[in-house]
Amino acid sequence: MMKNTVAVVCRDVVVVRGTREVLHGVDFDLRAGSVTGLLGPSGCGKTTLIRAIAGLQARVTGEVQVLGLPAGSAELRGRIGYVTQEPSVYGDLSVTENLRFFAAVLGVPADDVDRVIDAVDLRSHAEERVDRLSGGQQSRASLAAALLGNPELLVLDEPTVGLDPVLRRDLWQLFHQLADAGATLLVSSHVMDEASRCDRLLLMRDGDLLADETPQALLESVGTDDIEQAFLTLIDRKAGAR
Amino acid sequence: MTPRVTFAVAARVIAQLRRDHRTVAMLIVMPALLVALMWWMYNDAGGVFDRVGGPLLAVFPAIIMFIVTSVATLRERSTGTLARLFTMPMGKLDFLLGYALAFAVIAVIQAGVVVSISLYALDLDIRGDAWQLGVVAVLDGVLGTALGLLASAFAATEFQAVQMLPAVMVPQLLLCGLLIPRDQLPGVLNGVSDVLPLSYAVDAVIGVAKGNGFGDGAGTDALIVVAFICGALALGAATLKRRTA
Repeated sequence: MMKNTVAVVCRDVVVVRGTREVLHGVDFDLRAGSVTGLLGPSGCGKTTLIRAIAGLQARVTGEVQVLGLPAGSAELRGRIGYVTQEPSVYGDLSVTENLRFFAAVLGVPADDVDRVIDAVDLRSHAEERVDRLSGGQQSRASLAAALLGNPELLVLDEPTVGLDPVLRRDLWQLFHQLADAGATLLVSSHVMDEASRCDRLLLMRDGDLLADETPQALLESVGTDDIEQAFLTLIDRKAGAR
Repeated sequence: MTPRVTFAVAARVIAQLRRDHRTVAMLIVMPALLVALMWWMYNDAGGVFDRVGGPLLAVFPAIIMFIVTSVATLRERSTGTLARLFTMPMGKLDFLLGYALAFAVIAVIQAGVVVSISLYALDLDIRGDAWQLGVVAVLDGVLGTALGLLASAFAATEFQAVQMLPAVMVPQLLLCGLLIPRDQLPGVLNGVSDVLPLSYAVDAVIGVAKGNGFGDGAGTDALIVVAFICGALALGAATLKRRTA
């Protein structure tokens, strides 16, 4: 469904924090039903961009359109699944209690809780307090909350950090299943080797987009088979062009 | 505002409080312990406790609720749960009312304990009805909650929120009529005390203690406290920001 429609439009997006401009005019579209990787070093503006799309960032100028509406519109609430970098769940409640609460706020049926617990493979820890779980389990609990109610857009800020390779592979499979079912995903990461798992890549550095390509096209355009190397080449080219 | 969401927030806050025995003990036992301490202090001072005991029933619940709730929304901000909730169909007022409801439940238990102990164990001498004293004590606990939530919406960090206690609550404590009747304050301070919520909380308790029931002045003071509660929650909702830097 809606394979060729656009889920997110960003045009000349500028964000100022304090006295510093952290995004300097970012332009891109996210195609509905795709998984896009937002890659770049820590501090490059990934989180700010994700918060702007989620409608939580102050002092955004330019156009941020989400599912045909301005980002932050009341009509969008519940249609976007948002995962922050730190697990945003209540540590003193169990995984199930957390998810039941968020399900109630969203107004989705309680049996959706079981579905998302299985989706992130937390069944065996479902009744444990979140603050007694490992870091990886906590971030999966946080991801599960974002999956409730099958949101049309998922913006995930480093959801796979610190997870073991098997689990990371499983989660990327899950992301693609969700995209095949029509959802749009924007997944940030500072791990370059996750790039090959994405349909499309946004490479960011110092608040600018360096590339907006498919992984294959990106590698071909710089003549390498290594994303890290491609990133470095792009930075050098940009410095040379100045 | 959506009742489903408001009640979901309230139920969740209560579930969290039930895990936190130390905080619950502090909320429920502490006001009664402090009143008992005052009773002991004034044991040989003849009649003083009967004068200050009533106002204390207003002051201690309000202050203790304020301390606990002033960090509440900040905790949710720092853990990211508030940001998540703001991407969901939750009104800002749903969030604050949910907290207020949860702490109102605690306030009922708190008031039951502190009023029972004051009247029946410490022989606090009042002329009015015990249930009216209980109702006013509940309102005062909820007032502390609402002011705490407002302070929490204003502060940027938990560290700043804790500093709200001396800034917001201590002046009210000094001017509310506990230390010296409000009509004996210098004119300017009397005027200031007229606009402070805790003054009406204490007036309501004093009215009930004197035997002026809800039909005879104390009810008006209690309604003013209710108005301050609603005002603080509305202002808190207006202050809470969905978008942050």
